[in-house]
Amino acid sequence: MTNTTREQELIRAVKEADSAYSLVKAVRILANAHIEAAIPTLIAVFSYNNPGAAELAAGGVVRFGKTAVAQLLNLIDDYNYGGRAWAIRALSGIGDPRAFDTLIEAAETDFSMSVRRAATKGLGSLDWEDMPKDKIPAAQEQAFKTLLLTCQDTEWVVRYSSVVGLQGLATAVVVTYPDLAETIKTHLAQMFKTETDVTVGTRIQLAIQQLA
Amino acid sequence: MLQPSLENYVETDNSESLTVEQAIANLKGNDQGLRYYAAWWLGKFRVREPLAIDALIAALEDQDNQTELGGYPLRRNAARALGKLGDHRAVPALINCLDCSDFYVREAAVRSLGMLGDRACIPKLIKLLDGGLEAAQPILGSPHLAQPYNAVIEALGELGATEAIDLIEVFLEHPNELEQYAAARAMYQLTQNPTYAERLIKALKADQVLLRRAALSDLGAIGYLPAADAIAQTSAENNLKLLALKGILEHHLENHPTDGCYLSETAIKIINLMDGLQERYDS
Repeated sequence: MTNTTREQELIRAVKEADSAYSLVKAVRILANAHIEAAIPTLIAVFSYNNPGAAELAAGGVVRFGKTAVAQLLNLIDDYNYGGRAWAIRALSGIGDPRAFDTLIEAAETDFSMSVRRAATKGLGSLDWEDMPKDKIPAAQEQAFKTLLLTCQDTEWVVRYSSVVGLQGLATAVVVTYPDLAETIKTHLAQMFKTETDVTVGTRIQLAIQQLA
Repeated sequence: MLQPSLENYVETDNSESLTVEQAIANLKGNDQGLRYYAAWWLGKFRVREPLAIDALIAALEDQDNQTELGGYPLRRNAARALGKLGDHRAVPALINCLDCSDFYVREAAVRSLGMLGDRACIPKLIKLLDGGLEAAQPILGSPHLAQPYNAVIEALGELGATEAIDLIEVFLEHPNELEQYAAARAMYQLTQNPTYAERLIKALKADQVLLRRAALSDLGAIGYLPAADAIAQTSAENNLKLLALKGILEHHLENHPTDGCYLSETAIKIINLMDGLQERYDS
């Protein structure tokens, strides 16, 4: 059996799975096989409404890193809500700045707190150096503005991840854009005074401690 | 193939907007749908105004909103809301609900009494355990047991009802896992014996995700620190794992207040586990 036939067989096993169990099994094998031609199939699994299979597929896609970003962005709009949510999580995990606008929009407007959580975290851990140099400062300011907004989310879990995002952003800009790093620190100190959730407050405290 | 995602029913912040006045008026009105929704809404948005509390207490005795099978949906929602609002005036009325013919009203009242933390309800809760394990066996064709044992046991644990230890302990042998977990959780709270919490850690490896979710929620509720790693690793939605770790972190902070400046190693360890769950392709 040639390599290609075997690859096609693994892909077909996912497409033809007829039970939740066989789907999860087939996706696990395909995700671990790390076959580039399988990226669209793995992305398609995001929309099967099977969280176990989707998690494995997302893990498989994220392992391709930047190679998968164009396809994630291209396929994202045609997807149902569940599928879109997984794509945003995968983009957050990869950290490629081509996903910048998508992450900003998801952080600010998505109705699922898990997606807002993933997107805010993603905004704090983008690989900024992959962005055109002249665009970086404005994008970082935009990320900061969005995180300021999500720091006021009604869900503690989104505020928590926004703090993680802010800490990531401050760390990323401490040399290249020290003014922004200082602004973030000031904001965190401010937020610490008003945050009522003990866990979020503790996370802010840790961010301040680690940025000092 | 269609596994329902928990998110579908925990993330409903797209609710119809009401004002407090409107919600209270709706609750007292004649439209059964609006009444039912208003009761939920007042709890969800933590409307603690005395007028709202009064209206919800009155709704606990509602006769109009009744299902074919004799259930009282409005009473259920009112009972659930009152647990979230923290007003102890609701306690006597909720205790009365423990005699309601509708199982789900009793269950909602028990949970809310547990949340309100008023020990006055303990004798009545203990009465619901009458007959012990024998009375608590699954009923053929019924989706629930004779009483909301699970909720009763959790509430007794939460309320520190050490006088109920013997009655609760037998439920460790109940045929349903959820009742076993409730008993383990309460037994840990009442005795601080780690054996019981270890049982819940074992439950994080249960085959069914429903059971793993229950164990997560129990471990978060008791704030059992040695469970932190197992919680982070279990296969369940990250939101639920985060909630469990939040319970553990806050329990730790309560017992070890920081000096206001530096966080303890333990607190940082829990936060690191939580940060790890912020990542990516999570469920």
